[in-house]
Amino acid sequence: MKLYNGPQIIVGLVIFLAIFTYPFWSGAGKAAPVPKPQPVPKSVATQCVADTAYMRTSHMTLLNHWRDEVVRDGDRLYESANGKTFNMSLSNTCFQCHTSKVKFCDQCHNYLAVAPFCWDCHLVPKEKK
Amino acid sequence: MGVDRRQFLKLAGIAGALGLGGSVGFQLLKPGSLDAAERMPTPYQMVFPKSQGNSEVMPNPKALKGRRWGMVIDMRKLTEEKARAAIQACNYYHNVPDIPGKQTIKWIWLTGYVNAFPEVENPFADPEIKNARFIAMCNHCDNPPCVRVCPTKATFQREDGIVMMDMHRCIGCRFCMAGCPYGSRSFNFRDPRPFIKKEYPLYPTRTKGVVEKCTFCSERLAVGKLPYCAEASGGAMVFGDVDDAGSELRRLLRSRYSIRRKPNLGTHPQVYYLV
Repeated sequence: MKLYNGPQIIVGLVIFLAIFTYPFWSGAGKAAPVPKPQPVPKSVATQCVADTAYMRTSHMTLLNHWRDEVVRDGDRLYESANGKTFNMSLSNTCFQCHTSKVKFCDQCHNYLAVAPFCWDCHLVPKEKK
Repeated sequence: MGVDRRQFLKLAGIAGALGLGGSVGFQLLKPGSLDAAERMPTPYQMVFPKSQGNSEVMPNPKALKGRRWGMVIDMRKLTEEKARAAIQACNYYHNVPDIPGKQTIKWIWLTGYVNAFPEVENPFADPEIKNARFIAMCNHCDNPPCVRVCPTKATFQREDGIVMMDMHRCIGCRFCMAGCPYGSRSFNFRDPRPFIKKEYPLYPTRTKGVVEKCTFCSERLAVGKLPYCAEASGGAMVFGDVDDAGSELRRLLRSRYSIRRKPNLGTHPQVYYLV
């Protein structure tokens, strides 16, 4: 079997593979740092609406649930597992303790490349420099 | 030899008849088994089952309760100054942007007599009424056309009569704007944030591509307070329960003659103007 234009094809393949695999070998060993969302100081808030593990995996479910209850049914109070009552509101409750979107929300969202559009409407607290 | 045309048609006919009869067979042998899909809880209901006594949400006990909310606007008391105060309070606390021109966003605004009440136009009417500036807003109709035309149920009517919007569901089709005979709805043709002079951080803004309107301050009622406009108008705008014959609102409606906007359309507006 004869490979016509062999040298050009081989060189072309090598260049193609080099460009195609560039993202893999250029980023090798440079894993993005694991996010470290900055927890709220104990002095500000002692208890979240649910435990950390639940909030880490399911805060979006909880927030969707809150949204539907508040907008559709007008039920605005939430009794958490520890018996405390919270006003179901992103701006009026969550952001009162989690005062920095950059240091808290964005840490994981950027790492996982998710872009929730909550903040297109809900105002975030001004970042303190 | 394969299947000839006659055999194929016979088989197809039998298969078709069986298929048509299938659901009837199911209903006869196991009634209700096909309805299971409708009765399956949604993922949301599975996570938060209310039926299991897991009622972890509740209304605020301080919330104002009414069977049918409405508003009375006393045109003798409503000076231009009071009206502006009411409008300003509403716009600030709801982050209503100030966009000039055709893309303006209106929750509550001032308009002329002939614009607000076109079908009672009368060239010889009392000039005091004819030249007055009326405050206009969402009428929270008893029979709201905007709710009927909304294809996503983003606009809905609460049990207490308030015509509410769920911004999360609005797809910006603007059917409701075509449906509303009062011009009470505005569309966000662009991102409203640059047009908000001073943001009120505890209430959301809107985003590009949704319709918005007055909500009768449902977020205020939920904590036992009156709407911002009623509070800022110095008694010229009275909010109350239309269904409660003993309410201040009903007393005012009995005391003087009142008109409503475009009553002939059958929308039953719940904003009354004492003239």
